[in-house]
Amino acid sequence: MSENKSRLQTLFEQGEFVVTGEIGPPKSANGEGIRKHAEHLKGYCDATNLTDNQTAIVRLSSIAAGMHVLKAGGEPIIQMTCRDRNRIAIQSDLLGAYSLGMKNMLCLTGDHQSFGNHPTAANVFDVDSIQLIRMVKRMRDERVFACGEEIKKDEPRFFIGAVANPFADPFEVRVYRMEKKINAGAQFFQTQIIFDLERFERWMELVRERGLHERAYIMAGVMPVKSAKVAAYMQKSVSGMIVPDEMVTRLKQAEDQQAEAVEICVEQIKHVMNIKGVRGVHIMAVGWEEIVPVIVEKAGLLPRPQAAGITQAAG
Amino acid sequence: MIIAEQKSFDEIAKMAANFDKVLLLGCNECVTVCLAGGEKEVGVLAASLRLLRKQGDRPLTTLEETITRQCEWEYLDQIEKLAEEADCIISMACGVGVQFVAERFPDKWVIPALNTKSAGGSVQHGVWEERCGLCGECILYKTGGVCPVARCSKRILNGPCGGSQNGKCEVKDVDCIWDQIYKRMAALGRMDWLMEIELEKDWSKARDGGPRKLVREDVMISE
Repeated sequence: MSENKSRLQTLFEQGEFVVTGEIGPPKSANGEGIRKHAEHLKGYCDATNLTDNQTAIVRLSSIAAGMHVLKAGGEPIIQMTCRDRNRIAIQSDLLGAYSLGMKNMLCLTGDHQSFGNHPTAANVFDVDSIQLIRMVKRMRDERVFACGEEIKKDEPRFFIGAVANPFADPFEVRVYRMEKKINAGAQFFQTQIIFDLERFERWMELVRERGLHERAYIMAGVMPVKSAKVAAYMQKSVSGMIVPDEMVTRLKQAEDQQAEAVEICVEQIKHVMNIKGVRGVHIMAVGWEEIVPVIVEKAGLLPRPQAAGITQAAG
Repeated sequence: MIIAEQKSFDEIAKMAANFDKVLLLGCNECVTVCLAGGEKEVGVLAASLRLLRKQGDRPLTTLEETITRQCEWEYLDQIEKLAEEADCIISMACGVGVQFVAERFPDKWVIPALNTKSAGGSVQHGVWEERCGLCGECILYKTGGVCPVARCSKRILNGPCGGSQNGKCEVKDVDCIWDQIYKRMAALGRMDWLMEIELEKDWSKARDGGPRKLVREDVMISE
């Protein structure tokens, strides 16, 4: 294990069907909630994403949140967007995160600041997500900073993740862009939340046509939608997402909407597990983290596997 | 051309409140074309200001002039006398013009009457769109003549991002320019070009490198 690989990477390499969760850090300077969630997810998720000021709303930082997860015995996947940092700040934060024991990172472009609570802020977008992926890979494999200067010792060795959105347009381009991300160095993917399974299957077909499922680990993104009201809101107001009417109707007609939400999510997980090339599931229960263990159990994903040579608990 | 828009009348009136004789200076280039600061707008603004001040106890005298270009010394030289008469100059040019006026007439207070918006053009009557981000190193040959630096909300060089839907950007009322780049490259049979990873841009050639100055010795006149 001279590579000192992350638990996440090890599990993928072992051929396991991987489960990751997600914690949205709080709008406060208190890490207790993160630690609580991380403990709660322990034994149910193999690693946990910590979002980076998602929807451009100021929150406790992803890397600091990752530290709370580590302290709680979990495995963090830190997120890094291109919106708020230039290449100097990104690389600096990555050195810091790796020095603290974080080994997985997810590269994203980031939501535009106009969505968040500081719409008058300047944005950065010095690099885009593909350039970011390449930068992290070069830091690890070529031991150079983005400028080309050598990293003389202790380079950060991240397991590099990226996102793919099968529900954005133009449809075919989503697969080309995913391929570009793989060419740049992405090793695993978490997709946008999948509600439209038919479109996801078509997208996976294109992915397989280009052999991309053999070049990166693909995790299907799912989300338990707590109520018909939330579903309707997401249908209308969240960009880059397709929420089918049937799902909204199904939730609306359910006697117990939360139980139905779990049921739908479990069905979706079981469905994507059978799609060739899907190597894991990423459960985004933002604001409803406590339901994740129930979903993982009902989907038949317990017990979570051990990663060879890694004693650290899952989470 | 430079696209500009007139500031609100209230804002301009407030900035001019402490002056009694102002020179309203129009510019006959871009801002005339985009109907923000040409001869016609000078006339309307001057009349409106006079009317407003007539209602108060401090009437305003206005001088009106529109010159070929405010961003060139030789045209500013032509209004030297007129400028002397006024105790303030309201420049109806872009930010470049305002600064040339201030520099040419150092003892005059200068008020900007416009907000300078972008480098672009008119796409239909009454609609002006940004086209150039003035990044200092043109990459249009790589993107089918459509600029992601100026026209992508996140200036992504390897787009489109996940926020593109039905040809629209996730940012309100914006077209996804990567959707257009993709369609154009596909139509021109150049999709393979888009598979190349576009590397980090050298922003030092853009405004990030500090104020830019272009020197061409071949056209300089030696003293």
